Amino acid sequence: MSEPLLSARGLRLAFGGVRAADGIDLDVLRGEFLAIIGPNGAGKTTFINMTTGYLRPQAGTITYEGQPITGLQPRAIVRRGVARSFQLPQLFTEHTVEENVALALAARDGVWSPLAPLLRPRWRDEARETLERFGLTALADARADALNEGARKLADIAMAVALKPRLLLMDEPTSGVAASEKMGIVETLVRVLREAKVTAVFVEHDMDVVERFADRVAVWSQGRIAALGPPAEVLADPVVQREVIGIERHA
Amino acid sequence: MRRFETLLGLAAAVLMVVAAILAPWLKFVLTIALAKGIAVIGIMLLLRAGQVSFGHAVFIGLSAYAVAFLAPAVPEALVLLIAGTAVATVSGLLIGLFVSRYREIFFGMLNLALSMVIYSVLEKFYSITKGTDGIRVELPRFAGMALERADFEWAIFALALVLAIGFALFARLYLASPMGQALSAIKTRETRLEFMGVPARQVLLSAYVLSALMGGVAGALIAMTTRHVTPLLAYWTASGELVFIAILGGAGSVLGPFLGAVTFELVRIYAGAAVADAWQMILGGVLLAVILFAPGGLWGMIQGALRRRAAP
Repeated sequence: MSEPLLSARGLRLAFGGVRAADGIDLDVLRGEFLAIIGPNGAGKTTFINMTTGYLRPQAGTITYEGQPITGLQPRAIVRRGVARSFQLPQLFTEHTVEENVALALAARDGVWSPLAPLLRPRWRDEARETLERFGLTALADARADALNEGARKLADIAMAVALKPRLLLMDEPTSGVAASEKMGIVETLVRVLREAKVTAVFVEHDMDVVERFADRVAVWSQGRIAALGPPAEVLADPVVQREVIGIERHA
Repeated sequence: MRRFETLLGLAAAVLMVVAAILAPWLKFVLTIALAKGIAVIGIMLLLRAGQVSFGHAVFIGLSAYAVAFLAPAVPEALVLLIAGTAVATVSGLLIGLFVSRYREIFFGMLNLALSMVIYSVLEKFYSITKGTDGIRVELPRFAGMALERADFEWAIFALALVLAIGFALFARLYLASPMGQALSAIKTRETRLEFMGVPARQVLLSAYVLSALMGGVAGALIAMTTRHVTPLLAYWTASGELVFIAILGGAGSVLGPFLGAVTFELVRIYAGAAVADAWQMILGGVLLAVILFAPGGLWGMIQGALRRRAAP
């Protein structure tokens, strides 16, 4: 297998008495789709928050493409090629969907000239093209606060993808989405990310999604990784089934 | 709508010139209104980011005092304008470095607090600032020409009009640019900006410095129009007035600040003449009516009327 794109070693972070990360060691391999599963409160989002600079681990290191990124500011990490999406979509609600993506493009290119418009041909075309890949063309001119949950999730991820990351961390890309829409959204996502050759880590509660789309799955439990491997193997483990999937199915 | 905005702006500029010719006393009022309108564009930029400053008159005050102090040594209006603006801009950078860390009520109150500190300095250091007596500004030259008072007033009126048009055009471009759009993104999802690699604080800081610069331009114009500067220029009620004008005019267009400023000055004069003791009450009533019935301000009312006409 290829060398790791991201390596976490010995990550620890406690909130009061709660150990959200209690010695996390994880390698994310280039090109893979790694699913993170586990009960609520296991520290899945904390891992994403530490990796993207929102939280600073109390101990441990994170390296990305061989460079340490532990404790850097979110904007420094994203400029190195690590983007994220959010469990609750973080859209600019007073802007249109197209403007949301165009702002991400301007941010990626680092162009802040105060006199040329945001919707200049270069970014408008690329924003349109990005939205087309996500099947959001019809909503380009809609205000972001007028979208349904599925479209908001996709727009949120489209903004992250517009940044041209090499690693994308997605926090529950399908939570809150109607069951009928879920598989369609994941299929769109996987297609776009494979085309763009983006390595992806995603937190997921739906085991069907994990089985179908993840190359590997990491099982989180009380701030530790309880199991790691191909979905068929990990999900068949009786302990994982009892402790994680049992809880998930009842959740 | 953008074309209509441009046409309306040009028409308003022409109307102002005609009004100033027909009623010379209006020239003074309109110059002050244009100057305040420029300062209110700065308030509008901050409003786009969801931030309200209750201390921005301090930049008007600092610039006006810079003009008053420098006028005897450098009696040239254009140099004084640049000097006053520079003082306000540098102050804006220093204050902005501090206040741009804060948001909403903390941002508003810190601006208020800092402006009151500076107001107190202007008021208490009598030996330097002449306290509440203020400082008289001698008639400077204009572009090297020693003008009569009436001609000088025309020159400052023209300067204010040109600057107002310039700043309005600039603000319109700025707000449509990535910088301006990121500014309004601060209002809705600042965290997301950081996760896109955008230093949100610097975006707000740059807008803050611009708003101080615009306050500085306004302060220099006001100092050379009233030719008497007092600490009241920087008092918190003057800052409140700027926010008042911004809401009255509406933040949806760069014409809003000027619609608001002209209306404010005219209402103040007519209300002051009609009911000397109760003009603030009338202004308060106007603001209340705007907030309740026209939250988009005067510009919002114009826009609404146009949409109704355009709709079949």
